[in-house]
Amino acid sequence: MKFKIKRRSFNRSVGGDVGINIILIVFGLFMFLPMVYAISQSLKPLDELWMFPPRFLVRNPSLKNYSELFRLMSESWVPFSRYIFNTAFVSVAGTFGHLFLASLAAYAMTKINFPGRKGMFQLIYYSLMFHSTVSALSNFMIMSMLGWIDTYWSLIIPAFGYTLGFYLMKQFMETTVPDSVLESARLDGAKELTIYWRIVMPMVKPAWLTLIVYSFQGLWNSGTSIYIYSEELKTFNYAIQQILAGGIVRSGAAAAATVIMMLVPVTVFVVTQSNIIETMASSGMKD
Amino acid sequence: MSEKVSTQQAPKLRKDMTKWQWTLREMKVHKVGYLMVAPYYIVFFIFTVVPVFVSLVLSLTQFNMLEMPVFVGVDNYIRLLLDDDIFLLACSNTLIFATMTGPVSYLLCLLFAWFINELTPKIRAVVTLVFYAPSISGQVYLIWQTLFSSDSYGWVNGTLMKLGIISSPILWFQDPDYIMTLVIVVALWTSLGTSFLSFIAGFQVVDKSLYEAASVDGVKNRWQELWYVTLPVMKNQMMFAAIMSITASFGFGAIVTALCGFPSVDYCAHTIMHHLEDYGTQRWEVGYASAIATILFIIMIAANLLVNKMLSKVGK
Repeated sequence: MKFKIKRRSFNRSVGGDVGINIILIVFGLFMFLPMVYAISQSLKPLDELWMFPPRFLVRNPSLKNYSELFRLMSESWVPFSRYIFNTAFVSVAGTFGHLFLASLAAYAMTKINFPGRKGMFQLIYYSLMFHSTVSALSNFMIMSMLGWIDTYWSLIIPAFGYTLGFYLMKQFMETTVPDSVLESARLDGAKELTIYWRIVMPMVKPAWLTLIVYSFQGLWNSGTSIYIYSEELKTFNYAIQQILAGGIVRSGAAAAATVIMMLVPVTVFVVTQSNIIETMASSGMKD
Repeated sequence: MSEKVSTQQAPKLRKDMTKWQWTLREMKVHKVGYLMVAPYYIVFFIFTVVPVFVSLVLSLTQFNMLEMPVFVGVDNYIRLLLDDDIFLLACSNTLIFATMTGPVSYLLCLLFAWFINELTPKIRAVVTLVFYAPSISGQVYLIWQTLFSSDSYGWVNGTLMKLGIISSPILWFQDPDYIMTLVIVVALWTSLGTSFLSFIAGFQVVDKSLYEAASVDGVKNRWQELWYVTLPVMKNQMMFAAIMSITASFGFGAIVTALCGFPSVDYCAHTIMHHLEDYGTQRWEVGYASAIATILFIIMIAANLLVNKMLSKVGK
């Protein structure tokens, strides 16, 4: 009994610990099992996919669904490499533009004392409160006024103004970059741009990794854009959805596609997890 | 607060100037700040703020994207609130969805993050991933459609039939008795997102010495510890997480469409988001759709402000 208390901090009952673990296991299974089922489906050969009674786990795993998926990919009339290029191009351009503009603005808004910055931030704060479905229709009109319908711009430029990324960057700078460092750099005659690039950016590495991950996830998971008509400008995600929509004949390939769509963002998160958590630690709303 | 700081920086100047002169001077001194904010802010403004006003203005017109808009005053709103039965149905569905996926998901995020925080760091990272993964995995929620497939090859139907509980497959996502429950379960499954991570991080940065002090002060169990020590410290995190959860709770239209089709059977999973999509991109009644969007916008902001007000009472 004594050892238990030593390991734990204060106010921990054994019963509570057991209860917590049971709850975590039950809900953890609820969260995890559908994912397992998705993977298991993708490894099932066709006769197992259409078997009664259905089994949860695969009996004779095969990678046939994946090769079927790649065969379908190579058959599409726009070369599949084009979809992949589109996704890569849009994600990279959108993410880096966002990272650069948002961190520049976040630096100015936290560390330069210009009048009006509080009001400007307030507007961004309120914009976190509504979902983009509200503005989708008017955005379409703005896009067409700008003449960006059916161009890469319609996907890339709005990503620059993504608000959550800016918000996280600003909060992180506020908590982690001490004013004293900047003051002494200013006294040495450093320009604001130099301070931003040479001093602040290296200090906020977890935040920009988080921005990259979020922006990438957003672009990766976004469905078909209503701004794009041309087949050769559409993204990987769209092409995969076409395969998913293929019905019974393609159910094996569709299961494989789902797993690929899932593995990419999960892997990215696993690699960057500690940085994201560090950024989130400063995400709180300061009055 | 900020005024005090600036007075300290230049005490002599501040006294001789009117407020306007002072502001102008500050603007000139810090003009580089505006230049640095401008590129981001212009993009943000055009694609996030302007659309809200555009839809507000269009909601007062009749507009089909081809002819010039005609001003009709508040006709769209009158029609929406008095004549459109499906809209009222959509409103009640949206409220059910939003209360189930907003506050419930928020509490789940808090609870799980709290429990996970008790684990050792390595296990914590793994369990965090298990809970967070569904929210970032794109359309993997479609697997629920396979699990609850309407034929006997769906795992749930197949298993229930094998056990003899049902004799013929249930059309899970077409049956009004099950649609709402199932969609809410799936929405909750995908909802442990940004708020969850924010809580995970929040629990980790709480100063451990606070717990020792609290235990001396008579805090007896972990619930009291959570309420009197942790939550007040994490208040900022809670505000942020609340906004993320509530905003996300109004964005599940895509999940409903993917699982139940659009429109859903008898409109029984029809939400304001679907109504908006219906009039905006299917019937091209842009004025009417803008009125729907404006009402949805007001509901979202109101819900957020209300919840933030409630949260400011935590720990008091």
